[in-house]
Amino acid sequence: MCTVCGCGEGETRVEGQPTGGHAHEHQHADGTVHSHAHPHHHGHEHSHEHAHVHEHRHADGTVHAHAHDHAHAHGHGTGHDHDHPHAHVHGQGDDFHYGHGPAHAHAPGLSQERMVRIEQDILGKNNAYAENNRNLFETNGILALNLVSSPGSGKTSLLTATIERLRGRYPVSVIEGDQQTSNDAERIRATGVPAVQVNTGKGCHLDAHMIGHAVDHLKLEGRGLLLIENVGNLVCPSAFDLGEAHKVVILSVTEGEDKPLKYPDMFNASDLMILNKVDLLPYVDFDVERCIEYARRINPRLEVLQLSARTGEGMDAWLNWLQTAMGPEASPAAVEDVEALRRRVAELEAELQAVRGGG
Amino acid sequence: MHEMSLAEGILRIIEEQAAARGFDRVLRVRLEVGRLAGVEIEALRFSFDAVMRESVAESAVLEIVDVPGQGWCLDCAATVEIDALYAACPHCGGYRVQASGGLEMRVLDLEVDTTDPLP
Repeated sequence: MCTVCGCGEGETRVEGQPTGGHAHEHQHADGTVHSHAHPHHHGHEHSHEHAHVHEHRHADGTVHAHAHDHAHAHGHGTGHDHDHPHAHVHGQGDDFHYGHGPAHAHAPGLSQERMVRIEQDILGKNNAYAENNRNLFETNGILALNLVSSPGSGKTSLLTATIERLRGRYPVSVIEGDQQTSNDAERIRATGVPAVQVNTGKGCHLDAHMIGHAVDHLKLEGRGLLLIENVGNLVCPSAFDLGEAHKVVILSVTEGEDKPLKYPDMFNASDLMILNKVDLLPYVDFDVERCIEYARRINPRLEVLQLSARTGEGMDAWLNWLQTAMGPEASPAAVEDVEALRRRVAELEAELQAVRGGG
Repeated sequence: MHEMSLAEGILRIIEEQAAARGFDRVLRVRLEVGRLAGVEIEALRFSFDAVMRESVAESAVLEIVDVPGQGWCLDCAATVEIDALYAACPHCGGYRVQASGGLEMRVLDLEVDTTDPLP
């Protein structure tokens, strides 16, 4: 279940097992009541814009007509039939707002009004879960990366190519996020590494609570790499910290080079951009330099790697990047070196003492 | 981007506060939303209205405090005002501006009341 937004509630599945759901009852202004389970997220699937004129008759008999524009997004196919909330944009000078609902009458006798200071981040709950995940990863020496992109940029191919090359170097685990199917987790498991599939149902992003559940299914022991493949979506996942060390945004050269400008939030939230499918550059009109320039307009500190998961071109630079991000390895050899140096320092100090004592 | 999710987050905060502080009606909700937070204000208002139905905040007025976007221009070594993540520095015209402010989305405060218990 998405604990932040409630999206996909009742449809989120970790390895096919539901993680919770609940039913809602609604009473509409006309007195009708209906209840329905809430397996939907309204904020995606498709959006459309309306521009039309409405005429309203108010309780006092006045009628006015006004035009309004609104764009709204909502999910269909959830078996959920509802009248659209009356969300008219009422214009008053520069102040436009959607309707306040029918019950905006303040009955006398209900007082004790007061102000309550909150000062809470709207995504605070998610961020708290993310911090727990981050602590868990750091304590276990796990480098967690959150891989984000549009659908079809080649994330899963990049994962399998990376896993092949890391074989025997350090353990890799994968969390796969998709709205439906466990196809991607199966592709990863075929390479021999543990993978957990999270189906977000109608949800458009992974959140930190889902990752907490998914990690319970993985045995994270000792130093290693955790690759989290987010839902293919360049918008929503940007706001949801999963506890990762870095967000890595993947863009393929078969997409538009201006995507960084079109979807700036994701490029701002990421530390590394991977330009994938560079083997196709001769066949597409994709200006690499311009794309990088656009991405750095959004985020001047963004690192960039160009590679092809299919041909292997540029994969070494990616593996080096991973190695650097993992940090220096506390290998047995390194530990021995430190021990040897300590012994040598002790010996030298003893000699110095001896010289001073003798002099 | 995911305004319905944000509205659900706001409702969760309100319900926690209602349980902790014992109010049963919210008259006004004040948010602080930065211009670089990626929030579509009209979509948030739409979602807010839909999500607050049948809750303690059903009839609440949503007030949104706008926070200007800020960035650190690496070339000017100064904080400058920007209105989009892709905006150029207003002083040097360069694009080496790292967003540094106006990324917040917070619930600031609530105006609430409590129904007097029936005698």
